[in-house]
Amino acid sequence: MSVTIEVPNRPRTRKQANWEKYGWLFMRVSGPLLIVLIFTHLVVNLVLGDGIKAIDFAFVAGKWADPFWQVWDLAMLWLALIHGTNGMRTIVNDYAGQVKVRRALTTTLWAVCALLILLGTLVIFTFDPCPAGASAELLASFCPAQ
Amino acid sequence: MAIKPAGTLYRGKVGMWSWVLHRISGVGIFFFLLVHVLDTALVRVSPEAYNIVIESYKTPVVGLAELGLVGAILFHGLNGLRVIAIDFWSKGTKYQSAMFWIVIAVTVIAVAGFTPMHLARVFGH
Repeated sequence: MSVTIEVPNRPRTRKQANWEKYGWLFMRVSGPLLIVLIFTHLVVNLVLGDGIKAIDFAFVAGKWADPFWQVWDLAMLWLALIHGTNGMRTIVNDYAGQVKVRRALTTTLWAVCALLILLGTLVIFTFDPCPAGASAELLASFCPAQ
Repeated sequence: MAIKPAGTLYRGKVGMWSWVLHRISGVGIFFFLLVHVLDTALVRVSPEAYNIVIESYKTPVVGLAELGLVGAILFHGLNGLRVIAIDFWSKGTKYQSAMFWIVIAVTVIAVAGFTPMHLARVFGH
């Protein structure tokens, strides 16, 4: 059995940047990074210690008091949202038949992506692990209110 | 006699179903990610607001759903490595089917190990 591939009748001649290729590459570069970032995130938050039972405000405060986890979660936020949004864009391109529908969905996807990246980044960097006026029993043990 | 082109990389059998599973798991993880960024952002509102919402992650129904989430993430991540191997490794297409079953096996074993530990926490006390 042999497969005959027709000669493409319209080879790519445009000289603009090939964004589709960069997107394809981004998925394959960010993917392995996300495996390290997210699998570690799952082990630290859901497996070690008391797992899900231990997660509360003080737990998050304990992590984000350390710049290491701030950078870790920041990288996870950016890479996961861009990877996920680009994946959704691929699916929209496959199934949205009308140009208008496709454009509306793609624009919405990237708008939501940008908004959540902005929100998440602000939260990570403006977060106060020991907010003034909060009841002491909700705060981490290293807070002065304790 | 005509030969059916079954077993090509993306049509029929493992190649196609892994692609379908990759899409479904990806969409599921994407929507969880949207919710998860928003619920985590509540730490910036108040300790009370965050704690109230995160408590719902410890309820039986959501606790069970988390097993599906962990399974979806494991499958999507490992199958992503398989896709990369198919694209960049010269023997990738030859072993794509074997790699799929390795991905399934590792996912099932990891979820099986995680399940009793997680459910003990969710249903315990």
